[in-house]
Amino acid sequence: MLIKKPTDIKPSEITDRSVYMNRRRFMQSTSGLLLGSMASMATAKSLGQQRGYGRAKLDYEVKTGFSTDEEQTPYQHVTEYNNFYEFGTDKASPALAAKSMTISPWSISIEGEVSKPGTYALEDILKSHSLEERIYRLRCVERWSMVIPWIGFPLGDLIKRFEPTSKAKYVEFTTLYRPSEMPGQQRRVLDWPYVEGLRMDEAVHPLTIMAVGLYGEVLPNQNGAPLRLVVPWKYGFKSIKSIVKIRFSEQQPVSSWTRAAANEYGFYANVNPDVDHPRWSQARERRLGELLKRKTLLFNGYADQVAGLYTGMDLRKFY
Amino acid sequence: MSLTRLQFTKLVLFVVCLVPAGLLGWNFYHDQLGANPFEALTRDSGEWTLRFLLLTLLMTPLRGILQRSWPLHLRRMLGLYSFFYACLHLLTYLWFDQFFNWQEIVNDILKRPFITAGITAWILLLPLAVTSTNGMMRRLGRRWKRLHRSIYLIAILGVLHFIWLVKADLREPLIYAGLLVILLGYRITKWSQKREFGIAAR
Repeated sequence: MLIKKPTDIKPSEITDRSVYMNRRRFMQSTSGLLLGSMASMATAKSLGQQRGYGRAKLDYEVKTGFSTDEEQTPYQHVTEYNNFYEFGTDKASPALAAKSMTISPWSISIEGEVSKPGTYALEDILKSHSLEERIYRLRCVERWSMVIPWIGFPLGDLIKRFEPTSKAKYVEFTTLYRPSEMPGQQRRVLDWPYVEGLRMDEAVHPLTIMAVGLYGEVLPNQNGAPLRLVVPWKYGFKSIKSIVKIRFSEQQPVSSWTRAAANEYGFYANVNPDVDHPRWSQARERRLGELLKRKTLLFNGYADQVAGLYTGMDLRKFY
Repeated sequence: MSLTRLQFTKLVLFVVCLVPAGLLGWNFYHDQLGANPFEALTRDSGEWTLRFLLLTLLMTPLRGILQRSWPLHLRRMLGLYSFFYACLHLLTYLWFDQFFNWQEIVNDILKRPFITAGITAWILLLPLAVTSTNGMMRRLGRRWKRLHRSIYLIAILGVLHFIWLVKADLREPLIYAGLLVILLGYRITKWSQKREFGIAAR
């Protein structure tokens, strides 16, 4: 009888933990309906290549002009510490509960002051945009921050295609409302569906993007798949997730957080260390992974690019 | 020397009450508290303070309901543990939130109602912890009881501290508020019954 001694197993035959964990995550993520609409955009790169986190990979361009070179928040923190109240109000719930959200098929309704309103399939929306990487700071109104490498395209390019009329002064976004798949919507913590808005010049600003991915891969559901807004100079709650409706209007939209507490969350919600939240100071923030707190920067450090949008405005009044 | 049953119960309780702090420390050390461990420390220590506070307040009704005296013998330890977790909670705020920047801390206390409520509750807990010994109880006599009634105010402040802190989802703080209402309601009913029947308060 041949009894194999442990030394007979070559170290090279033992699967490295990172490889099988990676594979496990790949199985989990692809077993959902994730790939569906994104498949056409994804490239079939082999597993474990580059920064692999197991999701469908995206083809994108790396433009550095808009990106920060600060240390990026680890993928695990970006995808497991989320405010997405549709899936529960604590940070850990979305990563667990958002798997139930069906993101394919997905369509977006374009309404209001535009020449080309209608309901568009996500594939049709995405096919004419080339993707690029934008490494942005994200500052939450709760005083923590991250650095996230988003994959997306300028919102301005998307808006142009629908030909807004001269009356289109504001853009209003709405998140999916589907309580059966979004357990957080079964309680009226906020007035569902979640609504956010931007002034037209903010929406078409080159920094404002629609994101479909992060860390080179398709967005995990808990980060707002399949399509979300990213406005890096505003508090995180402005960057609305899982968008199903974009409406152009002459009137300023009322965002969900403003409706919930108008004295605490204004329409603009620009990151500003000098304008406190009524219940806490906004002067400093904790970058996740760091012990000491950082000083919060005006417009989250994007003042050079966006301060001009607000010249002459009293930022204390228009918080 | 053998332990009496009560002594044994107290010993077990003493160890059990340390478990949340131990787990918190262990998980912090092993980086198991998620993306924002400092926030987790503050939050968890705060919640344990409230839990022990409510447990402390449960002992008197429990004695009445069970017609047993043991709950009263455990009350002091539970109260002291509430103070212990309150100290941890305060320390995480002073350290990881403010890094002992006293000017900022004073500012916070004066400007933010939830901080004002929290710090007031902690300050009010101090004399209760100091006078929790048998000797102090004897020395203060009647005044001890009067002093320790401030626990009701402390509990109300503690719950308010939580309510005023949350952004939108009030469910959790309202659970604590509901439990406190029950515990205080029990006492109010008892007192009004006693008054009605002309029985002097013991």
